[in-house]
Amino acid sequence: MDDKSALFRRLFPAGHDVACQGPVLQGWGDAGDGRMHVVGTTDHAAIDTRIALDLARAVLEAVAQDAGRAPRPIVFVADTQGQALSRHEELLGLNGYFAHLARCVHLARQQGHRLVTLIDGEAVSGGFLAFGLLGDAIVALPGAEVRVMDLRAMARITRIPLERLAELARTSPVFAPGAENYWRMGGIHALWAPQDDWGAALRSLCAETGTEDQRARLGTERGGRRLALAIARQVRDAA
Amino acid sequence: MTRPRSYREATARRRVAGLLDAGTFTEWVGPGARATSPHLAALGAPVSFDDGVVVGEGRLAGERVVVIAQEGLFNGGAVGEVHGAKIRGAFERACAEPPRAVVFCIDSGGVRLHEANAGLLAISEIMRAQFAAQSAGIPVWALVGGACGAFGGMGIVARLCDAVVMSEEGRLGLSGPEVIETVKGVEEFDARDRALVWRVTGGKIRRTLGEATHLVEDDLTAFREAVAALLSSRQGPVPFTLETLQAAQAGLEGRAARDAAVRDGQVLWDRLGLDDAALMETAQFNRRLQELS
Amino acid sequence: MESFDLELPAQAPGIAPADAALFGVVSSGNLEVLVEAGPLPDRCRFHVETTAHGFTDVWQAVLADFAAGHRVGGLSFSIHDAGATPAVVSLRLAQALQSLEAS
Repeated sequence: MDDKSALFRRLFPAGHDVACQGPVLQGWGDAGDGRMHVVGTTDHAAIDTRIALDLARAVLEAVAQDAGRAPRPIVFVADTQGQALSRHEELLGLNGYFAHLARCVHLARQQGHRLVTLIDGEAVSGGFLAFGLLGDAIVALPGAEVRVMDLRAMARITRIPLERLAELARTSPVFAPGAENYWRMGGIHALWAPQDDWGAALRSLCAETGTEDQRARLGTERGGRRLALAIARQVRDAA
Repeated sequence: MTRPRSYREATARRRVAGLLDAGTFTEWVGPGARATSPHLAALGAPVSFDDGVVVGEGRLAGERVVVIAQEGLFNGGAVGEVHGAKIRGAFERACAEPPRAVVFCIDSGGVRLHEANAGLLAISEIMRAQFAAQSAGIPVWALVGGACGAFGGMGIVARLCDAVVMSEEGRLGLSGPEVIETVKGVEEFDARDRALVWRVTGGKIRRTLGEATHLVEDDLTAFREAVAALLSSRQGPVPFTLETLQAAQAGLEGRAARDAAVRDGQVLWDRLGLDDAALMETAQFNRRLQELS
Repeated sequence: MESFDLELPAQAPGIAPADAALFGVVSSGNLEVLVEAGPLPDRCRFHVETTAHGFTDVWQAVLADFAAGHRVGGLSFSIHDAGATPAVVSLRLAQALQSLEAS
């Protein structure tokens, strides 16, 4: 199993207790300001109905635990290769299980929990959409891989030569894998370096993060996504 | 022979025209604005004046609705930066000027690969904007009856809607059969076995499982009537609390346990005594399902 | 992608839409055409973007034929083409005009 305990020691110098059930992580950690909830996946999990349900239950338990008290932040640890690919999972309606998980995450936000996602390992398309990508703030840790599809597969499907994609990917963040690309597009709020104090960074992120979706604005400011905010505004303000 | 009013065969613009009361549609950031995708252009791929989605407002049975309609024929209805921003903007507009409902004609394979990162972020932003509209008391209803169905991130978005109206021809899922076959092999999912594809992803099995709330004929008028009925029911968004989500959790746990080994919708139909479900007319299927509930 | 512009004399004035009107869909072997009011009542304009390279002559013949046979004065046509045949191009343009005149 991919060991996240080194990560948790860095994040939570004041202590942590995170259990691992299959690839699902659930527990608490203390970065110095008191306990926060920890929910996530490890081992590049391919998210199936079982994992989606376990994650959703963990989020609902965090919300239930804090009923009647100040809601504590929830730290999502995202490490997923995407959704499970199987006929059985499709028949069950895996997309509906992901939608349920997304609703649980949104409920937590509405109940006042700050949601911080840490990508440690991989974050890939569907498995990322259902929960990590719904955080109020999203951080990529060193070595994190974020993508929809690698360039080779993309070249095959779009029938655009790989060389052309690779060439364009040097300047455009819009399709090629990479945490930096997502940062430029505003989809990742921060990239933490190995030498950073992650506990302190997590504390300040929890204190500063709001609940508005700022990603399109960040993408505009950082120059990696120039149309998302502008077009949405045009639609909102159209006569 | 294509029926003149087939929903599946209609373009997004025809669907909007066929759903709404005549002459009531106002488009936001329409094709004259030329909001095309610079990312497709950079890759030498053809662009569209509306980037494959129509958004605006109009009246349906006299009630004001916001309409979003994806064009499945353009790049498989896939979501890119502009396409996604138009949808997000429509939800934000709905929050600012609340309509009776948002009618979302989904016809999409998910993220547009030519601008995959922008598409993924856009779908996430759509999800959040949709939550905001629902929290503001505006129900969101998905119509799924196009050739591309609702897959990938748009399959998740469809299941976040408060009602899902499908035709038998519509398909709903996460990973398309072709993707599963490519990665896992033909034994896992034979994407060319169309009957199997429909028994796993199609409108009838989705209705059987309760994921589609309505099953209608592949006919624009039938879709319009289903939305009109939803409007007259005065339903708001599905309530969203710790209790309702705990109940949903229990329901999903139960279904996952009950159907732990099932890989073909026929097994579920046999169990229900609906063994000839695939052959039934929509009306008959709906009647039989009603009798079972 | 290849693109070009063309301006042609028009025999008869067309009915310009109040807003830009879009017809057809960009998909393989098909095209979309955006019809708008143009600046000159006795001319019509075309802007074409196409995935098919090297067919400008064919395009010009098809468009000249269309302009000569229809009421297109004062109209501007912007086309996104994904490899439609000349027959499909003529059909789509005629359908667009028909829809406009009917509305």
